[in-house]
Amino acid sequence: MTPKSAIRAQAEILFVAFRAEGALPVDADILLPAETLLDLYGEDIRARAYVTSDPLRGEMMLRPDFTVPVVQAHMAHGADPARYCYMGEVFRKQDHLGPRASEYLQVGFEVFDRAAPEQADAQVFALFARLLSDLNLRPATGDIGILMAAVRGLSTTDRRKAALLRHIWRPKRFRALLDRFAGRAPVPEARTKLLERLAQDTPEALIAAAGTFTGLRSAQEITARAAALIEDAATAPIAAPEAALLYDLLSLEAPAQAALTHLRGITPLLPAIAPAVDRFATRLDALKASGIDITTLPFQASHGRTSLEYYDGFVFSFHAADPALPPVASGGRYDALTAVLGQGRSIPAVGGVIRPGLVAALKGA
Amino acid sequence: MLKIGVPSKGRLQELTFQWFGKHSVTMRQTGNDREYSGAVDGIDGVELVLLSAGEIPRELSAGRIHLGVTGTDLIRDKLADWDRQVTSLAPLGFGHADLIIAVPAVWIDVDTVDDLDAAASAFRAAHGFRLRIATKYHRLVRDFLTAQGVADYQLVDSQGATEGTIRNLTAEAVADITSSGETLRANHLKILSDALILQSQAELFLSHQADWDAATRATLSDLLTRLSLPEPAL
Repeated sequence: MTPKSAIRAQAEILFVAFRAEGALPVDADILLPAETLLDLYGEDIRARAYVTSDPLRGEMMLRPDFTVPVVQAHMAHGADPARYCYMGEVFRKQDHLGPRASEYLQVGFEVFDRAAPEQADAQVFALFARLLSDLNLRPATGDIGILMAAVRGLSTTDRRKAALLRHIWRPKRFRALLDRFAGRAPVPEARTKLLERLAQDTPEALIAAAGTFTGLRSAQEITARAAALIEDAATAPIAAPEAALLYDLLSLEAPAQAALTHLRGITPLLPAIAPAVDRFATRLDALKASGIDITTLPFQASHGRTSLEYYDGFVFSFHAADPALPPVASGGRYDALTAVLGQGRSIPAVGGVIRPGLVAALKGA
Repeated sequence: MLKIGVPSKGRLQELTFQWFGKHSVTMRQTGNDREYSGAVDGIDGVELVLLSAGEIPRELSAGRIHLGVTGTDLIRDKLADWDRQVTSLAPLGFGHADLIIAVPAVWIDVDTVDDLDAAASAFRAAHGFRLRIATKYHRLVRDFLTAQGVADYQLVDSQGATEGTIRNLTAEAVADITSSGETLRANHLKILSDALILQSQAELFLSHQADWDAATRATLSDLLTRLSLPEPAL
């Protein structure tokens, strides 16, 4: 076990380095209203965060990360542009016996800037790479924005695109939906039967025949979805070449520069990704200018697609050789999150966190 | 003494006593039938502990009992990393129940988890809050829905009469155990076709946390021989 004093010493070093980049220190509350986090992350967060109850404020959570309170503080009274840094404990419930800590220090750095987002992406990544350079870590990068652009560019209904975008962070359901929309997976038997019945009768008649009405979900809502199902059944599958491109993109894994060449190659076939690919290229130029070797930098189009995430552009992480260890650092761009928490306002944002506990352990402190 | 926890009353206790009885291990309640004390005949060194079935997982986890009879559902829902805390020695062949998800029968558009997920998305947009699923099996249901990639739902706690929450407008769907499905039908609900979360029955569990000294190990050996069960690694 690394002594806490050694971990705190590492945290202080990183914190000072972030301050030297012009970041304003933020003190975030440890007790956060559960409702905000639940609305953002869904029920999954309950498995990860400690939930407690306050007699007056209701359900509260012990801070599972800093992003939400930092974004909220910025949206409430932040300068524009702004840079923030923070240092403190986060709390993650562990459901399995093992070495993963349920309470650990995080040191983080966030940039809120409307100008040149790709430059900001590169600056954050290069800063993290520099601060962690003596630990021999393996970097990983990705870009959720390219995947989202590819989905938006599919020649299919808005409803199907919205369904895919909603599950972009849930690879399993995304894949199941894509398989169905592309005609690669059979229509569930129950769906076929329902469509047969809907061909004979109105939804209203089927609802009436199903028995006593119960519950808050109204007959109109049921009817509306039945209509959507009829419309969807009449929709042609996503064309095979287009679907093939998306499957190709999901599994794209190559050094960043080679990945760019590949993406440039498929852009004529999927023109909607052009702006996202241009941004990727701009970012790579900026990374190169910051001294990052983009001919070896690993890139994975699906990197960062895990639940409890909110990244919608550039994503990165730094890993130790031991695969059992969590990432030493991770971060990314989360423009959409600022819109969700900003009540109508938004600002492009990118940032990341480092776990000084792992830094100290790897340094053998 | 090897302590064995069994349900303190009702049908589960009766069937547990019968199951042990078939193997010449006689369990009985002592005193009057409302007194929670019991005895085991036919084998030495075994003490009967009468407990609420819902508390048996916790007692096994804490190691306050060596063995316990309870449902698969309760063990898996209440204990994190259940298979590292207890070992199932034998399924007992009774107390069968399925943990399922049910929705109103009038939801003609919903038959699968995929449908439930799509309905939850539209429901949240229409009502401004996440679709509520009433259950007492929080861990099992959440793990299942997370693995399935379902979004825009929330679990609301219901410790009993769960099927009634939909009529009372405190939930839109339920996740509960059922054996015949009669209560569900009576409350105008139907079971999703691909949401069998767990098939549960009564099982005999061994606690890893309990104090397994030479005497209790010997008693366990003796008991397992009578029950024709193999010895687990301790």
